[in-house]
Amino acid sequence: MAVTSQRLSASLAGANLFAALKEAGVAALIALVLSVIVIGMRTVDQQGGLGVEFRPTVVALAVGLVFAGRFLLVLWWERVKPLDRSARDQVMDRIGAEVLHYSKYAGIALFGFALAVPVIWSDNRYVVDIATLVLTYIMLGWGLNIVVGLAGLLDLGYVAFYAVGAYSYALIALHFDLSFWACLPLAGLIAASFGILLGFPVLRLRGDYLAIVTLGFGEIIRVILLNWYSLTRGPDGLSGIPRPSFFGFAFTRSPDDGERAFHQLFGWDYSSMHRIIFLYYLILALALVTNFFTLRIRKLPVGRAWEALREDEIACRSLGINPTNTKLTAFAIGAMFAGFAGSFFATRQGFISPESFTFVESAVILAIVVLGGMGSQVGVVLAAVLLIGGTELFRELAEFRMLAFGALMVAIMVWRPRGLLAHRDPTLLLGGTTPKGDGGGS
Amino acid sequence: MEYFVQQLINGLALGAIYGLIAIGYTMVYGIIGMINFAHGDVFMISAFVALISFLVLGIVGITWLPLALLLVLVISMFVTSAYGWAVERLAYRPLRGSFRLAPLISAIGMSVFLQNYVQIAQGARVKPMPPLIRGGFIFMERDGFTVSLSYMQIIIVALTLVLMAAFSLLIARTALGRAQRACEQDRTMAALLGINVDRTISLTFVTGAALAAVAGMMFLLYYGVIDFFIGFLAGIKAFTAAVLGGIGSLPGAMLGGLLIGLIETFWSAYFTIEYKDVAAFSILVLVLIFRPSGLLGRPEVEKV
Repeated sequence: MAVTSQRLSASLAGANLFAALKEAGVAALIALVLSVIVIGMRTVDQQGGLGVEFRPTVVALAVGLVFAGRFLLVLWWERVKPLDRSARDQVMDRIGAEVLHYSKYAGIALFGFALAVPVIWSDNRYVVDIATLVLTYIMLGWGLNIVVGLAGLLDLGYVAFYAVGAYSYALIALHFDLSFWACLPLAGLIAASFGILLGFPVLRLRGDYLAIVTLGFGEIIRVILLNWYSLTRGPDGLSGIPRPSFFGFAFTRSPDDGERAFHQLFGWDYSSMHRIIFLYYLILALALVTNFFTLRIRKLPVGRAWEALREDEIACRSLGINPTNTKLTAFAIGAMFAGFAGSFFATRQGFISPESFTFVESAVILAIVVLGGMGSQVGVVLAAVLLIGGTELFRELAEFRMLAFGALMVAIMVWRPRGLLAHRDPTLLLGGTTPKGDGGGS
Repeated sequence: MEYFVQQLINGLALGAIYGLIAIGYTMVYGIIGMINFAHGDVFMISAFVALISFLVLGIVGITWLPLALLLVLVISMFVTSAYGWAVERLAYRPLRGSFRLAPLISAIGMSVFLQNYVQIAQGARVKPMPPLIRGGFIFMERDGFTVSLSYMQIIIVALTLVLMAAFSLLIARTALGRAQRACEQDRTMAALLGINVDRTISLTFVTGAALAAVAGMMFLLYYGVIDFFIGFLAGIKAFTAAVLGGIGSLPGAMLGGLLIGLIETFWSAYFTIEYKDVAAFSILVLVLIFRPSGLLGRPEVEKV
């Protein structure tokens, strides 16, 4: 008896091994078809036109990797049955809930850390610059999170509002000689009005149509910026955008007559790091405002209406929520924060051109929101640090950056469509018990 | 008048290419209700496959034009179909029954991936290709202005017509076409009646990619330059064509493609060439706002 069962299991294992090999063989064959021309034959410039360089080793490597990967995956699935989607979601939901529960403390710790960054690395410009960049993307992610995460409107043209903010700041500052603090709200307002202007006609469209139309608008704005030379100087871009000042005290070594510079105000020696650190704190403050605003507005009727609308538009309509107006507020507020971030970008760079506002930028911001978990504020921070900070670490692999972005977006959708940390405790429960935690943190 | 006729010819050739790509969008939308955002990039890959095949055939020594064209067409359709299949298998099939925006986001990821994949594998430089099919008819010569109809344009329009006819037959008469139409109406019911739904959807992606491959080869021969970014704009315009014609409708896709091609050509000819992309996007926006079901489409009813 024992012998037969042993033999049976041995033959079963053999069959499994064989099946796994066959699976892997099929996968490898497909990989061969996919890669033999596109990867294996590289077009190179040579005299008299294009030539072809054959790269059989790269193809062999790719096919071998696919074979091994598929083989091991099938064997692994034999041993550990893959969870189906709902079970997987439950596990990840539990993890998400745990993380959110601790995120209150983690949020304070993160905030403290964020405050301390320029103090710790006070003479390392590189670190502070990267931290500023990450914070810019966190702010953009939080802004887009209002539109995508809360209201469930897939906006593929978010970068258009970023561009509008940047250009309106630059143009106002250049032509009307207003300070950063006067321009910032104006840029936000202009971006928000663009949001209303563009959103009004399209917001009654269904989800995926809306996505394509916003993409179209994003491209239209970019093409206009590129071609309206008299206003935007087209591909040359706008340069000489005024730097921000510390409430009227400029960051210069030798200020104009009758004015005092920042370092003189405190009696310090002049250092070029002052401006860098000031910019860092500026974007930190802007990002925190965005976060605080989102957390509060979520609890207002309009915020609740957004989330309800995301879940079921027809039910909302029958409860008397005006879908168009509700979506429009989300669109406009998201655009406003993009406008703020845009003016920060313009003042930090001192130079803007339409090149900075391509579709890829929208895709990166969307990837941050999607990866972190739509609607999750902590998730956005996590994703921005991973995606932006992480790719800065691997600078030499820069050309693979967007490749990894795309693959990651697909992988996250396949594995966990709602995003890594997409969990939210219900805000209200039956029986009047107040739930713990609402998700958030900085 | 001569100028007008010339632009009409150019617009029809361009529109035929858009129409072939648009069929891929419209079929996928019809059957699983998602926008296959990566379709434009599949088209771009097909153009690269065609370019490399031409170069390799040149090295091997097959230079008799009809044979070379046929071989390239077959190779390009085969490889591109494999890409279409793989994209569906990896990025969309695991998402069936997920929340409604998930496949679109996955498709955007796939599009970004494919673009950068080709950029890394083939370099970011623009790839030129010497014209293979030269010459054409010249007619309506007046005041030094000639209207010409190149052989390439004739091939494009003729090939498109043949493919459209074959494809309509495929949908109307074959078992695959019946299965596709059944899945389009009701996937659950089709599955209950013994149709392999997954296989039907895969084959839809494969046929869509094969048609995009034809478009890719013609684009390469017609324009003579490609780069890794052509899929984005061509994809959006083809999608616009599909929406304009009525998404889900095959004649609609072809009609929409021709219209977009004509509008774009005339816009560049009579207004400004800088804003020709804005023209296409504006049409997309206007159609979606005022006639979301397109010219030949059925209105969509949202149910609980």
